[in-house]
Amino acid sequence: MDIPYTVEVRRDTGLTNGKIGIWLFLASEVMLFGALFASYILIRTGAPNWPRGDTILNVPLATFNTIVLISSSVTMVMAWASLMRRRFGTFRLYMGATILLGFVFLLVKYFEYSAKFEHHLYPSTNNFLAIYFTLTGLHMLHVAGGMAVNAYFWGPGAKQWKTNPEWFTNRVEHSGLFWHFVDLVWIFLFPTLYLL
Amino acid sequence: MTSDHAADIDRTVRVYITVFVALMALTIITVAISRVHLPVPIAVTVALAVALIKGSLVACYFMHLISEKKVIYGVLALTVAFFIALLALPVLTVHDGYWIHEPPGEVHSAPATSPHQ
Repeated sequence: MDIPYTVEVRRDTGLTNGKIGIWLFLASEVMLFGALFASYILIRTGAPNWPRGDTILNVPLATFNTIVLISSSVTMVMAWASLMRRRFGTFRLYMGATILLGFVFLLVKYFEYSAKFEHHLYPSTNNFLAIYFTLTGLHMLHVAGGMAVNAYFWGPGAKQWKTNPEWFTNRVEHSGLFWHFVDLVWIFLFPTLYLL
Repeated sequence: MTSDHAADIDRTVRVYITVFVALMALTIITVAISRVHLPVPIAVTVALAVALIKGSLVACYFMHLISEKKVIYGVLALTVAFFIALLALPVLTVHDGYWIHEPPGEVHSAPATSPHQ
């Protein structure tokens, strides 16, 4: 039996099931990160003193990572636009660039984390580092998850383009929504942790 | 694909590029403002305001929220309400702890039982 409403929209919602599904998932993600942001506010306002992020963390590296992640959001949306234009080759290029940029982001985070550990700065060192490692660690997991899905659509999942291009385009759009959400979270994490 | 459809996508791609340039500019502005070393309340307000503009650009244009269906807006409105409630919890807790730092003689309207007992 075919999965219903993958391409055609439902009359009641005006959307495909995949679209409403990914937005509900993102709503739950907002609450997950929201809980951690609330914890951050609670810990910070309750602390007698709080270090400025730029005295402990590497701002130039984080700025570079912000540029990388924003660029990956553009390549992701361009990958989807390529499918809308029926240009599969261009889609592959943009999707490949998105995965590569995600990899660069994780690589930079690896160097950032390594530098902290070399200086014996761990989550257990203080509250600031505890919240820093928790928030950025969870965000990195999301980047890795998004990369895995994107890699699937770039590789084996791309076969669907030949059999059902509309469904494939929708799936790439949904994957893109998650990727943009990951970018959006970083847009708030960057000033909160590194600059304030 | 019709020529109208192709023209629509070309227009959308131009919007993506414009948003990308705006996001880059705002990132540079965020870092530049942080170097000024403003007082913490002002720094927080400015940094979050710029982040809000950047986030709105991503959500509206890359995530196509600017032209989405009502159901999605409904889901997001509910999410925003709960998100604000979640962020308000620490604020309420801080207010709750206000009485701890008051000298005993000045606490006229404090609750009979401390919530921290």
